Amino acid sequence: MSASWRIGRRSFVDLLLGGGVIGSVVSFLYPVLKFVMPPAVAEAMDQSVVAGKVGELPPNSGKIFKFGRRPGLLISTPSGELRAYDGICTHLNCTVQYRSDFGHIWCACHNGHYDTSGKNISGPPPRPLERYTVSIRGDDIVVSRNS
Amino acid sequence: MLSSLGERVFHWLDERLDLQPIQRFVREKSVPSHRYSWCYFFGGATLFFFMIQVATGVLLLLYYKPTAEAAFESVRFIMTEVSFGWLIRSLHSWSANLMVLAAFLHMATVFFMRAYRKPRELTWYTGATLLLLAMGFGFSGYLLPWNELAFFATRVGTDMAGKVPLVGRFLLEFLRGGEDVTGATLTRFFGFHVAVLPMMATALILFHLLAIQRQGMSVPLSQKEASTTNAGMPFFPNYFLRELMGWAIALAILAALASLFPWELGEEADAFAPAPAGIKPEWYFVFMFQTLKLLPATVAGVEGELVGLLAFGLAGLAWFFVPVLDIRSSREEPSRWLTLMGVAALLFIAIMTLLGYVMP
Repeated sequence: MSASWRIGRRSFVDLLLGGGVIGSVVSFLYPVLKFVMPPAVAEAMDQSVVAGKVGELPPNSGKIFKFGRRPGLLISTPSGELRAYDGICTHLNCTVQYRSDFGHIWCACHNGHYDTSGKNISGPPPRPLERYTVSIRGDDIVVSRNS
Repeated sequence: MLSSLGERVFHWLDERLDLQPIQRFVREKSVPSHRYSWCYFFGGATLFFFMIQVATGVLLLLYYKPTAEAAFESVRFIMTEVSFGWLIRSLHSWSANLMVLAAFLHMATVFFMRAYRKPRELTWYTGATLLLLAMGFGFSGYLLPWNELAFFATRVGTDMAGKVPLVGRFLLEFLRGGEDVTGATLTRFFGFHVAVLPMMATALILFHLLAIQRQGMSVPLSQKEASTTNAGMPFFPNYFLRELMGWAIALAILAALASLFPWELGEEADAFAPAPAGIKPEWYFVFMFQTLKLLPATVAGVEGELVGLLAFGLAGLAWFFVPVLDIRSSREEPSRWLTLMGVAALLFIAIMTLLGYVMP
């Protein structure tokens, strides 16, 4: 038992040296790896934002608004109902738009289509767009994230 | 007079550096001569365009500003205010595309001639890595003018990297310098484009060229008999002069394209504008773009784009490790099925690229 555990002096020194070198390399690489990853930026997650003015959007049109650092899409359906969605396509991250000629939401990058309720209806998008709540406060169209 | 001066300089250097083995090597070097010898030119053309990239890239660095606020304006300044700025930028963009094209052709000819077979596997691996680096150069350089098309191409491209299992999240944040494509992404891409990638590419090119000098040109299996019966062409001056002629043709094509079709700048990127209609990546990514466009939202219960990316990933791996997979040619036997697969892959790429341009 004890014989199988015996390590020669040379192997012991090799082990120490090898371990030291590996340890040093790791201790050099760790700060580098941490450095290349950007620090998390504390973002005040606005729960609601003014997306536009009442009467600004005629029926069958849409506009992009800023929701924090993300684009949002406010649309007025052909019947004039206001709806708001996350503006980023669920496929590969492009920004969607409202196409009056289609009467629904469209992503130019890979020809993805969503109906006016945000549901993916054609093309590659795998999921519907996240829907926001729209309310009217005075003259403002207020869009809120559903918590 | 001149030659005696040259001889004296050579003698002076030779006394100190022992240059005679190199001189002997150059004198004795020959290039196999057979009916596919013309394929050997594509590697040299790729190298030529790379050198143009370095020269024009260094010039662009004198005026380019790598921040989201200033990048677009600085490229516009180069194109409209700086003398010959439009030409230097146009040369850089066109030469980038021609370099990728030359590298593709080089790789395709190497593939069909089985030049990767033993003992030249390392030349293939470095070449394949260089092609990936060239695409990395294209992808990172595309963003630098900070225009609308580049902005969304980068969003899509980095989002794809984010879908890689396990390390996707890390890759995405590493590439973007945060959650989204912002000025931080531009600064990073600039660093990759002008420092990291050139350093890696230069090291690999040197190894690639060294390996070719050590081993000489590969002869296709079908031409082995023909090339043993003739002595081949002396590298210097015969092949060297032909190569120079090839470079002159490459320069003529580049100059014509860059001056007759100056590269456009497009619209400045706006993070809060929708992706413009008709958006497309660079032509060498169009086949992947079109495939992803045609794939349905789900394939057998899995998200379509994941299936597509997985298939491209596997195909890429198979392509990279073709020296290992192609057992027949490592035994110097022809492998017809591999030729067929190569032709099928080329057809797929060609058809998808074509569809990318004609389909709405």
